[in-house]
Amino acid sequence: MDEKKLAIIATKGTLDWGYPPFILASTAAALGYSVEIFFTFYGLQLIRKNLGHLRVSPLGNPAMPMPVPMPNLMMVLPGMEGMATSMMKSKMKAKGVASLEELRDLCVEAEVRMIACQMTVDLFEFDTGDFIDGIELGGAASFFEFAGEADITLFI
Amino acid sequence: MVQEDKVLDARGLNCPLPILRTKKALGEMGSGQVLKIVATDPGAVKDFEAFSKQTKNPLLDQAESGGEFVFFIQKA
Repeated sequence: MDEKKLAIIATKGTLDWGYPPFILASTAAALGYSVEIFFTFYGLQLIRKNLGHLRVSPLGNPAMPMPVPMPNLMMVLPGMEGMATSMMKSKMKAKGVASLEELRDLCVEAEVRMIACQMTVDLFEFDTGDFIDGIELGGAASFFEFAGEADITLFI
Repeated sequence: MVQEDKVLDARGLNCPLPILRTKKALGEMGSGQVLKIVATDPGAVKDFEAFSKQTKNPLLDQAESGGEFVFFIQKA
């Protein structure tokens, strides 16, 4: 039986949305899938060496559980984003949820192939030296080279 | 009762860590050997069944007591 393949496009660079690509990629790899993640636009934040800058914002996200109910308009106030970010980090730690760095390390260990979108790297003037080792640069055609043969393709 | 060759303590860990640690532990074991996993994540019950089915490593036995879930997986 041929190895199954999973292709993921990671487009978001917030603390919460960083999780799905790395959780699914590491789990699929553990199940024997060959996995590739194509990082584009804000998703490029997920392959920077240090992930300490990733935030989660309650602004424009009325679905985010808050300790006390308040109008979403209040979320523009200074400090709200920092509060939401540290709240989420401490909750995750308390519940035994892995850190993004840990999940990403597990992906690297499991030989998940990671491609950075050349166009958006240039657009946002990312320094590729700021990315973790092993990142390849590529375009849409190189994504399809893998995704065209993938069993599952996800846009996150 | 199944006799294990190795024990993996996955208590306090949440999805997907118990599965990822299990995969790693099995990788260091020989064919036919049995890994006992102790977990506290309730989601692990379905996940270990799914893991076993997809990786063809038989889930020999499972049990729950006092909020702890125990699984015995044999390396194929």
